[in-house]
Amino acid sequence: MNLAVLLEMACASFGERVAVRCEGQSLRFDELFSAAGAGARALRESGARHAALLDVTSPAVPVALFASAWAGLPFAPLSYRATDAEIDALLARIAPAFLVTDAERAGRLAGRASLAILARDAFLARVRSTPAPEPDWDMDPEAIAVLLFTSGTTGAPKAAVLRHKHLVSYVLGSVEFGCAGPDDATLVSVPPYHVAGMAAILSSVYAGRRIVQLPHFDARAWIELARAEAVTHAFVVPTMLARIAEALEAEGGALPALRALSYGGGKMPLPVIERAMRRLPQVDFTNAYGLTETSSTIALLGPEEHRAAAASADAGARRRLASVGRALPGVEVEIRDPDGKPVAAGERGEIHVRGEQVAGEYLERGSQLGPGGWFATRDGGSLDAEGFLFVEGRIDDVIVRGGENLSPGEIEEVLLAHAAVADCAVVGVPDEQWGEAVAAVVVPRAGASVSAQELRDWVRARLRSSRAPERIEFRDRLPYNETGKLVRRRLRAELAGDA
Amino acid sequence: MPVLKPGTRLRSAVCATEVMVIQAPAHEVEVTCGGASMLPLGAGGPSPQAAQKGEGTQIGKRYVNAAGDLELLCTKPGAGSLAAAGAPLVVKGAKPLPSSD
Repeated sequence: MNLAVLLEMACASFGERVAVRCEGQSLRFDELFSAAGAGARALRESGARHAALLDVTSPAVPVALFASAWAGLPFAPLSYRATDAEIDALLARIAPAFLVTDAERAGRLAGRASLAILARDAFLARVRSTPAPEPDWDMDPEAIAVLLFTSGTTGAPKAAVLRHKHLVSYVLGSVEFGCAGPDDATLVSVPPYHVAGMAAILSSVYAGRRIVQLPHFDARAWIELARAEAVTHAFVVPTMLARIAEALEAEGGALPALRALSYGGGKMPLPVIERAMRRLPQVDFTNAYGLTETSSTIALLGPEEHRAAAASADAGARRRLASVGRALPGVEVEIRDPDGKPVAAGERGEIHVRGEQVAGEYLERGSQLGPGGWFATRDGGSLDAEGFLFVEGRIDDVIVRGGENLSPGEIEEVLLAHAAVADCAVVGVPDEQWGEAVAAVVVPRAGASVSAQELRDWVRARLRSSRAPERIEFRDRLPYNETGKLVRRRLRAELAGDA
Repeated sequence: MPVLKPGTRLRSAVCATEVMVIQAPAHEVEVTCGGASMLPLGAGGPSPQAAQKGEGTQIGKRYVNAAGDLELLCTKPGAGSLAAAGAPLVVKGAKPLPSSD
């Protein structure tokens, strides 16, 4: 198995269709296939053991991804937000490497031993002007296709290993070959080092859907590009959706071509999705939940489920809007207690998952899969009686107060149900008496006002009193990273610092 | 007739069909297309003949046997139909999913 087969099929079936567009540049599927072959030749000639990319999204990303697959090298997209020291450490772990990067960095890193460097434009020019070899990629399903460095909170980042068999399985299990119409276009604004960035390329290629790339996310730029390219599909992280909905409301405009918007990568605040659904009533919304280690999406809440939940008067049915939906076919999800025993429907525990697409492996650490191939996600959550999955956040974020384990997600959910709360985050802060105390940072809804005491009473009336936040702070916004994840460690540090 | 492995690519001896093995049983299995044994991709041998009767193969469809231990992805369509151990393979039905990325 090899990802290159997916591109080969696309090239044979709709080769003349545009595969990727970015800032006026286009590559058709047949050109992408040829460029991948030429890129594979360059990778082989360099003697590198890994192909790395340290850059914003551009046509060089799909070319480098498929070139790596063709050459049989793992593809490692690195975060351009990392510091020079962090990048040096990552490059040392994948040496000798072939690196595609921006012109400025290419100049700065030039001359390094064990690094073959090409600036993005030089790489693209080279692969577009050299002929591709005959298809000669290896078909070993166990070969590593992609390495993604996950943001560790402590210590060195873990390198999640995704093999060809995992990614091929994900694509075959979730995308119908050639299902896109000739005018379909998907806007990709997530960075290449995020698993959603890799999944977007693979899924779009297999569907035959044109990829429209936005290298730097900005709500106005996103909206303008969506209109200019008549974008029909897009994936966004929650913070992006919040800003897009705000910008659309401010200008009063529409996105007439947009049909499907999927989101994931972090917890979606209910007010944000409700606002977006009101603003874009013709759009099919899909919530996708997945992890790097599971080759992206493992569960989804589809458009009909969004509409049914939003339209329901019943609080339980409405709550489904906060769920990530049901497991994909071929993926099993189980909730387990700390002893590893499955729990009953509605009970909280750790989310475990298994399936052909679940890799659950890190470089230098090996497979983390347990007996039966189950992967412990370190995410807490619950399944309802109909199999809808609710994700509550990282288990490592659990607050231990006086020996009692408290889930921030449970408290956040209650706070978010208050009419005056637009967004909130609950974290543990050091406390002399309890070990940890519950602290909440609340973003009030525009025009609304609420006191800390009122919110404390609100939580106490709905949960046990130990869960009522001892500290409540009000802020204009919460710290999310560029891929939509709440940076809890920053909140914890800030709150602990001024305690 | 070797044991098939995931990733193995085969071509029809009688039409344009090509497949990639997704899943295969641990034992030997005879896979045919248009009634003739399939060949390793790139292998010499008979070249494509005239179209066969049958439904043929469709690119992107996954074909499975009744036991559920053999799955082939059609990577190039052709006029011949697929069978294993003499029994026709059927298209693996899949409910279309909304695009999630």
